[in-house]
Amino acid sequence: MEPGEIHALLGENGAGKSTLMNVLYGLYQPDEGEILVDGKPLQPRGPADAIAAGIGMVHQHFMLVPVLTVAENVMLGAEQVRGGMLGFLDRRRARREVAEVSTRYNLQVDPDAIIEDLPVGIQQRVEIVKALTRDVDLLILDEPTAVLTPQETEELLTVMRELKAAGRSIVFITHKLGEVKAIADRVTVIRRGRTVGTATPEASRDELAALMVGRTVRLTVDKEPATPGEPVLELSGLVVDDDRQVRAVDGVDLTVRAGEVLGIAGVQGNGQTELVEAVMGLRPLLAGSVRLGGERIDDRSTKEILRAGVGYVPEDRSVDGLVKELSIAENLVLDLYDRPPFGRGLALRPDAIKKSARERIAQFDVRTPSAEAAVGTLSGGNQQKVIVARELSRPLKLLIAAQPTRGVDVGSIEFIHSRVIHERDAGTAVLLVSSELDEVIGLADRIAVMYRGRIIGIVGPDTAREEIGLLMAGITPDPADAGANGATAGTDGGAPSPSGPGSEDEA
Amino acid sequence: MTNAESGSPDKEPATTDQAARMTLDNTERAEPASQQPPERPALGRLFVANLWAANTFTVTLLSLVLAMIVGGILMIVSDPDVLATYSYITARPADALNASWALVSEAYANLFKGAVFDPDAVGLTAALSPISETLTYTAPLVFTGLSVALAFRGGLFNIGAQGQATMGVIAAGLAGFLLPLPAGLHLLVAVFAGAVGGAVWGFIPGILKARTGAHEVINTIMLNYVAVYFLVWLITQNGVQDPNRTNAISRPVDASAQLPRLFGDDLRAHAGIILAVLATWAVAWLLNRSTLGFELRAVGSNPAASRTAGISVTRTYVLIMVFAGALAGLGGSQMVLGTTAAALTPLVVAQIGFDGILVALLGRVKPWGVLLAALLFGALQAGGNRMQSYSGVSLELVTVLQALIVIFIAAPALVKAIFQLRAARAARPQTSLAKGW
Repeated sequence: MEPGEIHALLGENGAGKSTLMNVLYGLYQPDEGEILVDGKPLQPRGPADAIAAGIGMVHQHFMLVPVLTVAENVMLGAEQVRGGMLGFLDRRRARREVAEVSTRYNLQVDPDAIIEDLPVGIQQRVEIVKALTRDVDLLILDEPTAVLTPQETEELLTVMRELKAAGRSIVFITHKLGEVKAIADRVTVIRRGRTVGTATPEASRDELAALMVGRTVRLTVDKEPATPGEPVLELSGLVVDDDRQVRAVDGVDLTVRAGEVLGIAGVQGNGQTELVEAVMGLRPLLAGSVRLGGERIDDRSTKEILRAGVGYVPEDRSVDGLVKELSIAENLVLDLYDRPPFGRGLALRPDAIKKSARERIAQFDVRTPSAEAAVGTLSGGNQQKVIVARELSRPLKLLIAAQPTRGVDVGSIEFIHSRVIHERDAGTAVLLVSSELDEVIGLADRIAVMYRGRIIGIVGPDTAREEIGLLMAGITPDPADAGANGATAGTDGGAPSPSGPGSEDEA
Repeated sequence: MTNAESGSPDKEPATTDQAARMTLDNTERAEPASQQPPERPALGRLFVANLWAANTFTVTLLSLVLAMIVGGILMIVSDPDVLATYSYITARPADALNASWALVSEAYANLFKGAVFDPDAVGLTAALSPISETLTYTAPLVFTGLSVALAFRGGLFNIGAQGQATMGVIAAGLAGFLLPLPAGLHLLVAVFAGAVGGAVWGFIPGILKARTGAHEVINTIMLNYVAVYFLVWLITQNGVQDPNRTNAISRPVDASAQLPRLFGDDLRAHAGIILAVLATWAVAWLLNRSTLGFELRAVGSNPAASRTAGISVTRTYVLIMVFAGALAGLGGSQMVLGTTAAALTPLVVAQIGFDGILVALLGRVKPWGVLLAALLFGALQAGGNRMQSYSGVSLELVTVLQALIVIFIAAPALVKAIFQLRAARAARPQTSLAKGW
């Protein structure tokens, strides 16, 4: 690493990027090898050593305490005290430090805002400020853009450029090729724990992707134009609350037809999760109706909805999708275990379960030593294939796929996408929810953009990315609507950011 | 998967047990064997390697050894005569060592003679007596152990086996002396009543957990108190209390409702142990081979994913607690229908519910493991009686031994560190024991 360089670390999930950086940050101990900082070997025994050596890290999952203020989070772990033995926390000094760093690097955050009230993009900025107040020379950003809107990502890249101009070095971990090309000075590709190549950002996307997976991959999805049929899923006037009794879905009308993929784009947390859970009978409806093939299903249990021909790939596979301690075979029948041929009466039929599992494993290319292995031992991509295999192994009318490729390697993404299109071509209606804009654009025949619990626009897949990106940020081309959204967006105005609510109104 | 592990341990531990003892002695001998042609030593070496890897069986066995060592030290420290020899240990070390060895070896020999076999016994009855005692203590522990283990596999921590057993003993006892039924039928009704009594007491925390999210640990503990004091109150009521007695004891259970003895009238072993083996088999089948068990295991590991896949989590929680309660109730019913007591007293269930928690943990919350663990606890109990009367080592030491075994098992890292075991893949079940909270 050179001073003032942005070095991208590119690799599939499970390639060892995060592990490498955790070693650098002192969270894991290396078995062999050494780390050189300014020519001197460093053996960090914990994050404190790493920080002392001038290394800071922003984790993929933020390490912030949600109920504390920005200033309190920033001083956490390096609390300034005054009053000697009495040890009063010096909040004023922490606030001053935050303000100082904010202005120096043009990273605007309000030191008194409570973390949980802030949007994700700002929370990430707090993480960066936190690292910078420790006076680091090298900043590690572990998949920083995974949770950001295109606009927020753009802002982050600007921040990174400014840090670079100030002489800080940045290690930027990602598996998004576009960002690498936009910002990196040098690219190192890691595969299965080894460096497989170093490239300049001038290399083409396909070259980088091939380096990542070790073979050529198709990044676009080949598909014929859709031939939509009868409406399969009809939502009207849907209103749903989230776990905190806050309105999450606020009057959604939506129709998905047989043989088409309707993509719901939107930044996470705009009601997509609750919408899907309500359709699946996992969350109570406060108003509105859900119809499947003309019949109301909103009063049915989840089991009845699944049995009516709905396949569901939940967005968080480790929480909602799989029982990690159970075997692959058992997870493949998690919704069918009590139906022939897998169960009869009270008894399970282990032979039938095993036989079916072997077929599915072959058909869906699940890489595993055995069908009896616990599903938790598989890699993310293979776990996701198990879920997809389970949901696609029944005759379906409707497939709901929420974030079907999140945290999945490029090879598996390709496979899962082709399966979804295959299912569409067989006449199934597909509802795809994804915060990956590329995925929605690549797969969907129609794109509905969700913002603050509403569908604020339905556009075709050939709409410009920028336009969809603006919709995702709540800005509709219609000026009247924009004003209305600007007013609601004002609620998170506690965080003054260069393109906060204010700039939305300008647009 | 768990199927593969717990599907056949009924025979597995028996053979491994013998084999383990052999190989433990032969560890040094196995080394030279590995230099011979590759095929046979490969097998033997694999076995030794596996044994010294920190698998659950090895850790359990070594925990037992460690507990006995600590127990031996406690015996020495608590015996004034032996302790006195240590005051001049530098002058005559042999005295101290001999006295210690004599005390500890005799105590453990008596423990063994009381629990398994006494070589000096004359006649069949005397020879069978230790086994009979062990089985008598084992039977109820199997039920309460299964109760805790079943709930645990379903993600619930059932501290209420004691209360459920108490309700079981009440229901079984009442059915045993209040209902005038013919022999045979009377026994069936009494046993069934015990199961129902426990099931009701399990249903309450189950439905509270499912409907309101109330934590089952709190509720089962509280219901333990309710059950115990209900028993104390009930015993002195008219029609329940023995009319010929003034102290708190109920009428005796009719002979027609008592579990038949297995080895004749002089030995206490009764049919409860047969029921216990059947129950173990039934729970193993339920867990691994039934749709309900599938739901239970899925909900126990990940309720969110189970719900998403259409499994009714609330229904499963209620069923788990009903089954767990019924098992504990069956265990309780043996305390009055069996040979340990024939009438209800305030202490009639002893500690079987709480011991059941230890048995379940020791048995790694697997049905056949629970059976073996209960057998060990039963043996310690039976042997402890003899150890107390013959060696003068107090019965409480047995409780200390039981506690030490469980502590060592709950801290596998400690055992591994002491014996320098290699880390093995099988280390997961132990960590999962902490999950209930």
